[in-house]
Amino acid sequence: MLNRYPLWKNIVVIVVTVLGILLALPNLYGEDPAVQVSENNAQLTGTATIQVEQALHAAKLPYKSAVIHDNRLLVRFSNTNIQLRALDVVKKALGSHYSVALNLAPRTPKWMRDIGLRPMAKGLDLQGGVHFQLLVDLNAAVKTKLQRDMTDIRGAMRDKLIRYEDVSLSGDAIHITLRTPQDVSQAKKLLSTRYPEMVVTAGGQANTLVARPSPQDLQQLRQYAVEQNITTLRNRVNELGVAEPVVQQQGGNSIVVELPGVQDTARAKEILGATATLEFRLVDYTNNAYTAKQTGHIPLDDQLFKDKQGNPVLLKRDVIVSGDQLVDAVSGYDQQSGTPDVNVTLDSAGAAKMGRVTRENLDKPMAVLYIETKTEKTKVNGQTVVAHKKVYTVINVATIRGIFSSRFQISGLAQDEAQNLALLLRAGSLAAPMDIVEQRTVGPSLGQENIKQGFYAALLGFILVVVFIAMYYKTFGVIADLAVFMNLVITVALLSLIQATLTLPGIAGIVLTLGMGVDANVLINEHIREEVRGGNTPQAAIHAGYQRAFATIVDAHVTTLTAAVMLFLFGAGPVKGFAVTLSLGILTSLFTAIMGTRSIVNWVYGGRNLKRLPV
Amino acid sequence: MEFFHKVPHINFLAARKLAMGMSVVVLIIAIVSLVIHGLNLGVDFTGGVTVQVSYPQPADLRQIRSTLSAVGYKDAIVQNFGTPEDVLIRLQPKKGESGKNTGGAVMDALHKVAPQVKLEQVNFVGPEVGKDLATKGALAFFLTLTGILLYIWFRFEWRLALGGVAATLHDVVFVVGFFSIFHLEFDLNVLAAVLAVMGYSVNDTVVVFDRIREDFRKLRKGTPFEIINLAVNQTLSRTIITSGVTLLVVIALLILGGPVLHGFSLALFVGIIVGTYSSIYIASATALMLGVSKKDLMVRIKEDRKVDDMP
Repeated sequence: MLNRYPLWKNIVVIVVTVLGILLALPNLYGEDPAVQVSENNAQLTGTATIQVEQALHAAKLPYKSAVIHDNRLLVRFSNTNIQLRALDVVKKALGSHYSVALNLAPRTPKWMRDIGLRPMAKGLDLQGGVHFQLLVDLNAAVKTKLQRDMTDIRGAMRDKLIRYEDVSLSGDAIHITLRTPQDVSQAKKLLSTRYPEMVVTAGGQANTLVARPSPQDLQQLRQYAVEQNITTLRNRVNELGVAEPVVQQQGGNSIVVELPGVQDTARAKEILGATATLEFRLVDYTNNAYTAKQTGHIPLDDQLFKDKQGNPVLLKRDVIVSGDQLVDAVSGYDQQSGTPDVNVTLDSAGAAKMGRVTRENLDKPMAVLYIETKTEKTKVNGQTVVAHKKVYTVINVATIRGIFSSRFQISGLAQDEAQNLALLLRAGSLAAPMDIVEQRTVGPSLGQENIKQGFYAALLGFILVVVFIAMYYKTFGVIADLAVFMNLVITVALLSLIQATLTLPGIAGIVLTLGMGVDANVLINEHIREEVRGGNTPQAAIHAGYQRAFATIVDAHVTTLTAAVMLFLFGAGPVKGFAVTLSLGILTSLFTAIMGTRSIVNWVYGGRNLKRLPV
Repeated sequence: MEFFHKVPHINFLAARKLAMGMSVVVLIIAIVSLVIHGLNLGVDFTGGVTVQVSYPQPADLRQIRSTLSAVGYKDAIVQNFGTPEDVLIRLQPKKGESGKNTGGAVMDALHKVAPQVKLEQVNFVGPEVGKDLATKGALAFFLTLTGILLYIWFRFEWRLALGGVAATLHDVVFVVGFFSIFHLEFDLNVLAAVLAVMGYSVNDTVVVFDRIREDFRKLRKGTPFEIINLAVNQTLSRTIITSGVTLLVVIALLILGGPVLHGFSLALFVGIIVGTYSSIYIASATALMLGVSKKDLMVRIKEDRKVDDMP
């Protein structure tokens, strides 16, 4: 029969509608300003909750709730004013073992959270925070590696008694000038076994060789440099105790760091740019560190430090190797004993020094000293004072078991200790220098203002569209309005499902699809009107109207989608958000206009004997 | 409610030469302005620093300018942003100063004069980022254009494809020219709007093309001129409703969306009006001038079918 939908189509429409409403629902609840507490490297206990509650009571700051969830304590407040004051109070009460950060806690009911329903994440322009884009200097990373290889090649040729005149670096290639053709062939053999990843060719002049990293190797090297910098940044961002930080690679050589809720941008910048570094030093085992600490009498050549447990350790003032000479550190297992260890790789200068020191100090203890530069802001007489403080920790003491240079192992560790040490060693060093090339800071009140404006614009746009369409197309207009509303709901549902970040341009995209999404409905209704004018019966007019509009709707949507997809591929930051909402809006409008309205129209009018159509 | 109870018979294409002539003149003005004035590019593209601050009372822009000038930011552009209390400052870092520190320096200077000043937003964009964005924007523009060309060519016919691309190009030059002539700031959001206008404009064009194709196939009589004119008239009601509704929401954005979305909404506003016009006068008229005819749009019957049918 004309204009009856098969059951499955009606079911699809109903299921999509219900799912859409369910997924979009969490966005209605809004958020509480909250303070989030987590304990560094430890399980959060109830004592922290009690401490926080007492501190807030003492400061007369009302809070809505304080609940531990996922090893984080979340204290909710009714407004941002109290939240900001509470942040200071909680920080003071808990001390430096805890990370305390601002957060926005969704107000969704528990059952929704339990089944994983979450509202859209808000972009920095809507909740305030800092956005950094850092550019990694990849050429520097490549150059450092080649310089290391160059020194290494010189040493290897000397060992094999291959006579060379010169080894030099030019661009991405190492140029080697040798004495005789015999040396050339020997050098070639050496290079191919020792550096299989390098491409070795004959140079322009006689007895010369050119070794350069293969394109894949270069690519890998660059990617590795970016990844290592990301790891380092993640570690540093964790220092800040930000609620939901983003550290992401963008393109080939950029890293984006987003810190929602961060107010103190200066501190964020200092931590991101901070240099945690480390030093290898000899341990002074001839003097007693405890006595030195008690008497305050420290030998002239020594410095007193603490280890992780707080025990005193005496180290020589002389630094054997420092963190910038560290190339890599990987945790692994000793091949003979099978016990956990950390494999450390040093650059050539570091290797030379390390070789000399270990030769002279066999079987004596050596320590790894971890140095962090922390900045602290304190208020003295109402004035903010910034102080840079270096924090020294001896993270490992091990006995020198052999003479080593560029590669060596640190053993005698538990497995998690080995992993931690490797991480700390790596975290201290950036693979390549970075520079902040973009920084955006949004104050929290501006975020609120942006949300308000976006919301009211969307509301006004929606009302205008709905009223106009209902007036223009009567009952069919009301059906089209339902479709536009469902279009909005399903778009929001999809955005929540993929956990897209909602930005102000994103809201603009949603508002725009409200207007453009009407187009499909307009096409359908215009065609139905035309059929009615052409003398068709109402049922035939509905059928033909939908059928004729279909191809046009698809053509029009595909071309618009082309532009939206290009926007997504080439847009940056907020423009991407706009492109995502626009694309989703276009796709959902296809569904709601073609299937959604049809099922309602069929349900209302299908199979009935109609004289006139209210269109 | 209905705007046209019967299909109107407006002889749109009779005025096509006049319209095209006008379009050409306007586009020449736009291009000349782009060549001479260029675009008032935002920090997103040029690199630099913007600082947005708010005061409890209407801000004294002159005083802010002199304060900044005194600490070495001579070329700072200071203007109100949305309200008299909100101020947007655009400036370049001092020589030897890293842009990431400029925001702090500006705030320190303003704070000394007026302690109640509140920082709302700081953006610093390095020159390399800006250049990258401009390249990507241009690439997106050309790829979108190519995509549209290929799609219409594939679905319709090359004359219509060229007409569609001409119309889209017309709209983009018009909107960008508009921003150049009136010295409006062209930032990342405006670029997004321009690309959205491309999508919108081609959407409008395709609907008209669809009708042109349908009419060419259905009607036995009539010159291409008459048929295209009829198709434009038949789709006129839809064109007006869709453009009108989209304009309504854009107006809502323009009024309530706040200063951040102002350029974006304005570009869309202009773009939608021009896009509606261009789908009639540029897209269809170009296809007509290129000589699109009935046989170009007939359903193609595969010639080898006869062979298949043979026993």
